[in-house]
Amino acid sequence: MTTPPSSTDPPATSPTAKPPNGTGESSEKSRHRPFGEIFKESFLEGNTFTVTVLALVTATVLGGLLCAFTNPTVLHAPAGSMLGQAWDVASGTYVALFEGSVFNPHTVTALFQQASLSTAIHDGYLSAVFNPLSETAVQATPLILAGLAVALPYQAGLFNIGGSSQFIGGAILATWLGYDVSMPFFVHVVVCVIGGFVGGAVIGWLTGEIKARTGAHEVIVTIMLNYVMQYLLAYLLSSQSLLQASGSPNPITPPIAFNAHLPLLAGTNLRINAGFLIAIACAFGVWWVLNRSTTGFEFRSVGANASAARVAGMKVERTWVLVMLIAGGLAGLAGSAVIQGTDFTLNPNSYGTYGIDAITVALLGRGKPGGVVAAGLLFGALHAGSPGMQTATSTPVQIVQVLQALIVMFVAAPPLIRSLYRLRAARAGGVGTTMSKGWNA
Amino acid sequence: MELELRGITKRFGPLVANDGISLSVAPGQVHALLGENGAGKSTLMNVLFGLIKPDEGAIYIDGKAASFHSPKDAIAAGIGMVHQHFMLVPVFTVAENVTLGIEQAGPAGLLDRRKTRRDVRELSHRYGLDVDPDALVEDLPVGIQQRVEIVKALVREAKVLILDEPTAVLTPAESEELFRIVGQLRDGGTSIIFISHKLKEVQAIADTITVLRRGKVVGRRTPPATEDDLATLMVGRDVQLRVSKDAANPGEVVLDVEAIFVAAQQDRMGVDGLSLQVRAGEILAVAGVQGNGQTELCEALLGLRPTLAGTVKLNDRDITHASPRDRLRAGIAYVPEDRKEDGLVGSFSVAENLILDLYDRKPFASGVNLKLGEIAKNAAARITEFDVRTGSAATPAGTLSGGNQQKVILARELGREHKVLIASQPTRGLDVGSIEFVHRRIVEQRDHGVAVVIVSSELDEIYALADRIAVMYEGKITGFRDPDVPTAELGRLMAGGVDAVQPEENSPPSSRTDAAASEEQT
Repeated sequence: MTTPPSSTDPPATSPTAKPPNGTGESSEKSRHRPFGEIFKESFLEGNTFTVTVLALVTATVLGGLLCAFTNPTVLHAPAGSMLGQAWDVASGTYVALFEGSVFNPHTVTALFQQASLSTAIHDGYLSAVFNPLSETAVQATPLILAGLAVALPYQAGLFNIGGSSQFIGGAILATWLGYDVSMPFFVHVVVCVIGGFVGGAVIGWLTGEIKARTGAHEVIVTIMLNYVMQYLLAYLLSSQSLLQASGSPNPITPPIAFNAHLPLLAGTNLRINAGFLIAIACAFGVWWVLNRSTTGFEFRSVGANASAARVAGMKVERTWVLVMLIAGGLAGLAGSAVIQGTDFTLNPNSYGTYGIDAITVALLGRGKPGGVVAAGLLFGALHAGSPGMQTATSTPVQIVQVLQALIVMFVAAPPLIRSLYRLRAARAGGVGTTMSKGWNA
Repeated sequence: MELELRGITKRFGPLVANDGISLSVAPGQVHALLGENGAGKSTLMNVLFGLIKPDEGAIYIDGKAASFHSPKDAIAAGIGMVHQHFMLVPVFTVAENVTLGIEQAGPAGLLDRRKTRRDVRELSHRYGLDVDPDALVEDLPVGIQQRVEIVKALVREAKVLILDEPTAVLTPAESEELFRIVGQLRDGGTSIIFISHKLKEVQAIADTITVLRRGKVVGRRTPPATEDDLATLMVGRDVQLRVSKDAANPGEVVLDVEAIFVAAQQDRMGVDGLSLQVRAGEILAVAGVQGNGQTELCEALLGLRPTLAGTVKLNDRDITHASPRDRLRAGIAYVPEDRKEDGLVGSFSVAENLILDLYDRKPFASGVNLKLGEIAKNAAARITEFDVRTGSAATPAGTLSGGNQQKVILARELGREHKVLIASQPTRGLDVGSIEFVHRRIVEQRDHGVAVVIVSSELDEIYALADRIAVMYEGKITGFRDPDVPTAELGRLMAGGVDAVQPEENSPPSSRTDAAASEEQT
């Protein structure tokens, strides 16, 4: 190993720094090493950040290859121009993805081609510039909320597969409060959002209570509750005396009142709404609870070592119930965000694949609130950009799902990434090992 | 086959798990390895089975040096191992389990099932194992599953069979059967290494007994050895453990345990009508061979296991059915037997572990808000006070050495207001320096007027710390003694010897009146 520069010249550094004790000296040394060296070292150590980045890169490359070599134009191209064609398709796909989810240069060009800025704004040209980001945020909102509903119990050693049942619980209550009750503007939104939280929390609480009382595994309970809630929803939507819109032949609720819509944040041309702020606030809240509160200390203790938590006087079963209640509420908020933010009615497909995507988002976010936000935004961007992909390069939307699957696969297998890039094993186990630990808890 | 281990030494950091262990196993002999948990039995067997490489020493087979890099080598050399936790596939049949890993293909690459079944049946018949090759393993009782493991080893032509705590999972009747089978295997020329900490069964079947303690061979005996003798050897007495302490100055009774019953498993009582009292400023050391209800006693005292009958009082407050949290609040400091499992959250930082049972109280919390500054300040103070050798307060506690982990637990438990200290196996697996440190702290507690209960299966620890010794056997106290009692006497009590003379000071009625009297005075 090369000696850090600071140690060759101790008199220059020590009088100014005055390390208070022995440990100060080592941190002093590391502070004076070139940043590049530290970065390279920590990167090569194969920590979770490195592995995540490399997993994304690997998945992107593989996804590009997949796009290129499933494309009919590429496959029928003469051998000489095949590689060039393949590159065009793959890069075209990713450019379209980027333009659909982050920023499209054509919209800026269009904006400046207008006669005056005020007419441009009035005609929605400015909105068009921000539309991709808005769509990404809209798509990310329920993913972040539902992802938190998996990440929080995960920190307490529980694996919440019940995202969709809790989502449905929240959506049912939010929708019902939205169309069946009449309230003034601000109050109505708040009541419906709280309703969404409560609806999900009830289902989450039920899961926790069953586990605490009977010892039934939460994975089984949540999976079964998913079925129960899906069919309960189908039943409620099948009868006009229940949730079905009167006179409608379809299983769909009446639209919720305008007062119950989540307020739009950036004008009527963009769909981005207050739901996104709720999601970010919830992520911060979960972070605060986990890291700054006594309740979160209990959650983490129970998750990391339940028997030590018990010896320390914590009530493990009570913790399970509480954490599932909060998680259910978060998934319920995802339901409320979809209903009150974008869909405005509830139908048997409203819950989509949020329950499963939430697990993916939490896994990619490594069970941490900040990571969930990042992963939610990434997946939101993939969702928002996929329609553009199809029109630009006739790459099927399904490729985006394959891309997502590849990312998660690589993220879940740190040893694979490490051996692929010859990284040293980090001290802590990767999320793959910690995630599988959840099954034994 | 003659198996010999010469001078096996294995160190884990400062801890010497095996210290120059030599032993030889003659053909057709049952060689028992007797020792407490942490004595080094498992390490030694893992060396022998190729799972761990020794730092020093070598294995000789028929006089020739052998080196095992993996269990595969050990198996090829004729060593078979029956682990305490069986390595069987529950949904496979016996024959399939036996053949797993050594599948023999017949013509056209198909599995030769018939041959395996024939082998199983033949071996089963020869040693009276009574194993049906076509039964599903998950349908079999534990005792039979164990025999499947034995058949597995025999099919692989094991000449030396290691049985690791084989009776731990068996009922008494199943154990009897196992002893019969072991006898038959021996008569057939197989050598057996029988690992156990149970005196009686070792007595019953061993030809030679080697006693391990703290990684060393402390004695060899042949079966006429008395159980007292073996018990004494096993928990032994080292001269290196000396704690300087003044005479105790016992005050009023702080912890009063009256005829409590605690269940171990569904059918067995772990603690069977046990009574004891501990006074302020004295150390009561509970001696005994492990597995005689000590674990259940400690867990019941903290409220982790329900007390089925009897009463537990702390300063005259009835806490028999109180929750662990209430008991901790009432003034119990608790050092659990299994520090990794019950004492620490390994992935948490040292600072977090130092407040594991204080996190929701002032000054570490106000409302639900954690005071990170206070937690850091506390950590810095405790780390200095207890000389915890850690990189920083943010280091995960699981990465510390055993001694430093124990210091973290002690720092936490003793930093809280407490009247009683219950410490179970406080120095198990620690190096000598840490042992000294822990012992000094415990005596210090006594001198500050804390009532101390030490549960230990190490006699030298008992002698070093005790102001009074209670000996536990099968869930009961077989006698209270002063610390100058001869080892032989303790050995007799640990093997279940009945206490003829009940010392006056320990008879419950008189102590209770003492307590009542002192209560009136205050």
